[in-house]
Amino acid sequence: MTLGGAGGEPRFESVEALRRSLAGAGYLADAAIAGVVYLADRLGKPVLVEGPAGTGKTQLAKSVAEVTGARLIRLQCYEGLDEAKALYEWNYRKQLLRIQAERVAEQGGAGWEALEEDIFSEAFLLPRPLLEAIRAADPVVLLVDEVDRVEVETEALLLEVLSDYQVSIPELGTVTATQVPLVFLTSNNTRELSEALKRRCLYLHVDYPDVERERQIVLAKVPGIDEHMADQVARVVRSIRALELKKAPSVSETLDWAATLVLLNVTTIGAEVVRDTLHLLLKHRSDIAKARRQFPVEA
Amino acid sequence: MLDALAGFVGELRAAGLPVSLTESLDATEALRHVPLGDREAFKAALAATLVKSAGHRRAFETAFEVWFSAGAGALAAGVAAAGGDGAGEGGEGEDLAGLVEAALRDGDDEALRALAARAVAAWSGMSAGRPAGGTYYLYRTLRGLDLDGALERLVAGAGARSALDERLAGDEYRARAERFRGEVEAEIRRRLVADRGAEALARTLRKPLPEDLDFMHATREELAALRRALQPVARRLAVRLARRRRHRRRGPLDFRSTVRHSMSYGGVPAEPRFRRPHPAKPEIWVIADVSGSVAAFARFTLQFVYAISSEFSRVRSFAFVDGVDEVTRLFDGADDISDAVERVNAEADVVWLDGHSDYGHALTALWERWGGEIGPRTTVILLGDARNNYHAAEAWVVGDMAARARHVYWLNPEPRSYWDTGDSIVAEYARFCDGAFECRNLSQLERFVEHLG
Repeated sequence: MTLGGAGGEPRFESVEALRRSLAGAGYLADAAIAGVVYLADRLGKPVLVEGPAGTGKTQLAKSVAEVTGARLIRLQCYEGLDEAKALYEWNYRKQLLRIQAERVAEQGGAGWEALEEDIFSEAFLLPRPLLEAIRAADPVVLLVDEVDRVEVETEALLLEVLSDYQVSIPELGTVTATQVPLVFLTSNNTRELSEALKRRCLYLHVDYPDVERERQIVLAKVPGIDEHMADQVARVVRSIRALELKKAPSVSETLDWAATLVLLNVTTIGAEVVRDTLHLLLKHRSDIAKARRQFPVEA
Repeated sequence: MLDALAGFVGELRAAGLPVSLTESLDATEALRHVPLGDREAFKAALAATLVKSAGHRRAFETAFEVWFSAGAGALAAGVAAAGGDGAGEGGEGEDLAGLVEAALRDGDDEALRALAARAVAAWSGMSAGRPAGGTYYLYRTLRGLDLDGALERLVAGAGARSALDERLAGDEYRARAERFRGEVEAEIRRRLVADRGAEALARTLRKPLPEDLDFMHATREELAALRRALQPVARRLAVRLARRRRHRRRGPLDFRSTVRHSMSYGGVPAEPRFRRPHPAKPEIWVIADVSGSVAAFARFTLQFVYAISSEFSRVRSFAFVDGVDEVTRLFDGADDISDAVERVNAEADVVWLDGHSDYGHALTALWERWGGEIGPRTTVILLGDARNNYHAAEAWVVGDMAARARHVYWLNPEPRSYWDTGDSIVAEYARFCDGAFECRNLSQLERFVEHLG
């Protein structure tokens, strides 16, 4: 098993080069994000991306896949996730049908041992995302989304994949990866992840961006917006995030708001406009009331 | 380099971060790929491998600033040269304040950094070997610069056309002033490291994590940090309680569902399905002492319990000092719990005679008015330090409550060694309780509430 991309060389020459190619793909990464992804590639370790919702964690994995020309394999985690849906599953129904068919054709058929080997072969194996990522011959980026939704006990099935990039199937043996995929795990921090999982990953905390970066993101992603408006949008959102809210506006909500302002042909942002469009940024009634108090309408 | 890294890891562990051996090996490995001389990349590489939780980041940054301070050698010379410079000389002092104000107005980060160094040299009064703390020097420097006055002048002079513009301008200047303050702090720290050495300084600078801050002794900033930490902790606990309730045991076999699922196996019931039991959620009564010493603790606990109120079937809350009042109405339907908590202080009718804690009278009054409503599914939580000012204890009320309710617990924000000293009579009440818990910080509170659910 070789580190890095298909040929064994590292995928990115430098942090700067990575940053530029990500910007080319439409994802504005700061030095910290690019640095961790670069390290992950060099060290062959997965990246655990934690942060509030809507800050571009999943988008990071998608952009990296686009930049490296790899296929994105996505495992969406949820509470009842088990081995059968994450690692692999035997196609029981096909196996049962095979056994039944064998029984019918008993006269010319082979004995039980041959049948057993047959039904536990590759043809009857249903690969799920993790196994697929390990077995892939082409370059692959594995995204394990919202890993904090999974039970602590279920995290255990990720451990072998993340540390050794191999999957053990009792009937078939161990499947080892021919090339190390880039692995991203995202978490919304609804629960504390287990030590074992954190130990195997590099940690990246993606927080709300600062004014400068948010302005650049708005400029890049919202068509038809000018510099002055983008600057104002970023500043107003920073002001709102400074309040003690139940849920602060995320980057995606900022982009929605900016797009709406462009649609409404707003040229300068005033207190009136902010109050009328607050529901795009804030999704709780108490938050909207609190924010309204901070932006009083002048007489 | 390896020694420095080992020392740094030791410092992180002492600050409370769980850094395992594997992680420190990863850090060493990662440093091989970091270009020498790039301090930011160096810091990012260490952060990615050693810090695995957002709450620990601050402790990491402090430790990093102390251990790998930039240019310590040159600054040591600077300290010696400028040392003993107590009050800034008149002319240069004013000039410096004006320069800082101008740099804040223009947002010139480079100038601010240089000015921070000069301000520390001029005003902090640092000299080699002096045993004062970093905050003292910070205070002196900022006082000499009059940052607040500068901020006011800047906002007034910004020429804002509307309230919104004024607000945004204020935000911008405040952010710049925060950055400048950070630079001054960093400069002071660098000089202290050059003077005293990294290890000695690290010990004094270790800040506790928000979850370990004492409620009773928290400063204003720490209280704000606690409030911010409360929400995610409450959310995580709610998720844990909900999952535990759901998965505690499997119920009886659900015959219909099993037969239906056996269809895809050709009639063989290969996958039995079970009914999920729904255990009842407990009903909580919170009876909180809101007198001066315990007020902060009571507020936090109320906020915490209401933040996870969806995990309980009903939450009723009462506040008392020497009289008692039900404050559930303030929380019912309130969207903003912290607002409601503030209103408890303003609107609750909790003073009967003189406003000094009288647990006996408060408990008797509560028993008379609401005692009959305690049922077998109720859990009663009493919050307070039981400092009764030598009034009558009336502990029989707690005994009667314990007889009627499912559980009665006592939460005390004082350390256990202080219980029953002075006028504290915890033992008398705890005799009837199912448990008396020490709840000094957020993590202890979280553990208790998890035990409840």
